[in-house]
Amino acid sequence: MAGARRRRAAPFPDSFRPFSTVTINEIHSRLVQQFGDQITGLNATATDPWIEVAPARWDEVALYLRDDEALRFDSLTNLTGVDYLETDPKKAPKFGHEPHLEVVFHLYSFVHRCRLVVKVKLPRWKNDVPGEIPDCPSVAHIWSIADWHEREAYDLVGINFTGHPNLVRILCVEDWVGHPLRKDYEFPLEYHGIRGK
Amino acid sequence: MSTTLQDPRVIEFDVRTDEMLVNMGPQHPSTHGVLRLLLRTDGEVVHETTPHIGYLHRSAEKIGENLAGPQWIPYTDRMDYLAAMNMNLGMALTFEKLLKIEVPEKAMTLRLIIAELNRVASHLVGMGAYGLDLGSFSPFLYAFREREIILDLFEEACGARLTYSYLTIGGATHDLPGMITIPPGLASLTGRSPNLKLQWSDAVLLFLEWLEKRIVEYHTLLTRNSIFIKRTAGIGVMPREMAISYNCTGPVLRGSGVDFDLRRDGEPIYTRMYQGYEFNVPVAPFEDAPREAILGDNWCRFYVRMREVAESIGLVRQGLAKYPTAQGAYRVPYKMNTKLPRDEAYLETECPRGQMGFYIVGNDQAEPLRARAKSSCFCNLSVTGPLCEGVLIADIPSIVGSLDIVMGEIDR
Repeated sequence: MAGARRRRAAPFPDSFRPFSTVTINEIHSRLVQQFGDQITGLNATATDPWIEVAPARWDEVALYLRDDEALRFDSLTNLTGVDYLETDPKKAPKFGHEPHLEVVFHLYSFVHRCRLVVKVKLPRWKNDVPGEIPDCPSVAHIWSIADWHEREAYDLVGINFTGHPNLVRILCVEDWVGHPLRKDYEFPLEYHGIRGK
Repeated sequence: MSTTLQDPRVIEFDVRTDEMLVNMGPQHPSTHGVLRLLLRTDGEVVHETTPHIGYLHRSAEKIGENLAGPQWIPYTDRMDYLAAMNMNLGMALTFEKLLKIEVPEKAMTLRLIIAELNRVASHLVGMGAYGLDLGSFSPFLYAFREREIILDLFEEACGARLTYSYLTIGGATHDLPGMITIPPGLASLTGRSPNLKLQWSDAVLLFLEWLEKRIVEYHTLLTRNSIFIKRTAGIGVMPREMAISYNCTGPVLRGSGVDFDLRRDGEPIYTRMYQGYEFNVPVAPFEDAPREAILGDNWCRFYVRMREVAESIGLVRQGLAKYPTAQGAYRVPYKMNTKLPRDEAYLETECPRGQMGFYIVGNDQAEPLRARAKSSCFCNLSVTGPLCEGVLIADIPSIVGSLDIVMGEIDR
């Protein structure tokens, strides 16, 4: 058996290369070159700089992000959904966002030791029909962990990941109604004879 | 490691058996809480394992959307309740990243001491419970005896024994205590008078000195125990690629041979805390491993934790030595109605069980628009399906135990 690998704590600043705005611009231009208008946005000045991708070909972009030699984002550290909606009419004018859903992917590359945030913007409801949850291509075949994360996002935020092998609820029970992390979610008054509130 | 019918370990090779669905849990003692595993078995061989989770789901993320940052801290305590200090720290750092708060050196040193002490306590439970899963009862009792003293020391620092809410946005709620009466457990174990008064830091040092000698005993009891090695070495082998694809983190990742620790490789706001400290990151393979051990098996994951305890003890000692001369205050004040900017921050910290991530989206209000807690055990548990393919039923507790999961963190 090989010797225990030990690395001393000394080279702190060098071992971590944070995302400078230059590199996120480089990644963005690479992606634009490859996918053109599928890359819909870039925010290089945010605390965690992010790139926005259109949902239509997101799975192809994800595969490119994982397999391209210069990128190699081999690890998906977080996947979650955010519901942008203000239900209080008094606060709504100040809200500053169009009502929409965002799926946020936090990627990490063990090869290049860098991070990337990718956002996929979705409508709150498919075809504006309340109750019809929007579609987003699944990336479970690209990063294995996306399987469970997508199930959780489906369960709590209400996003239909198309092409997912087993899209069922994971934290709530199977017959739960609604998606609790939606801002307009109404708490059930009763569940199988158990009174809420 | 898959088992075939030709395997000499399968004795009943000529007995025809039917496929059977077996429920393991949610009240099974070796599922570490309320985890239900649905096993498709053929005799003693498991063909498919499906984990069912959510029994402990308490909507922590939904609650977080309706509370200001400091109000959400008690909810993070109840995620990984064995390492509540590390949960507090991760959440506080995420808010500090979002609000760009600079924490003074003294607060950082305090946080390091507390977080590393909690890592020791958490790994002690992990070790004891793992022995219990495999049928060895005594290490569990010893581990809890040691952990008890750490809990006593935490009680002196913040008043709580399990759900501390001690590390908060901007630092900690209180400074470290000064003179204390020696914790009764520590007094009896080290032969001191129960009325002895001493500095809190001296009590910690006394405990660490005593604990360091005990670690040798744990290695005799478990790590080098031939029964333990037979139950763990070569079982549940997780290749490096699998660990990365499933985003396994912490000791599980390092047990598969990936040299990665956020305390060294993380974001500057977190690694700043560990700057100037000497510590090693234990990574498998180990030169002192038994012959049967394979890279990425249960034994390696267990041994990474054991080695981390020793590293954490060193870190606490260095932190205590630095604390009296550390500059600044133990916290910077944070107002409950501080408005979060229209920005978002995601930060992962190295908790005992892996990389716990918090994701906060602000929108000009004190309450975040989205408060997300990405659980490390959630990712570590998701690997059980592929990892338990073709193993014997008796190996399931061994594999699940080696992942060292806490259901409170998975279900949130």
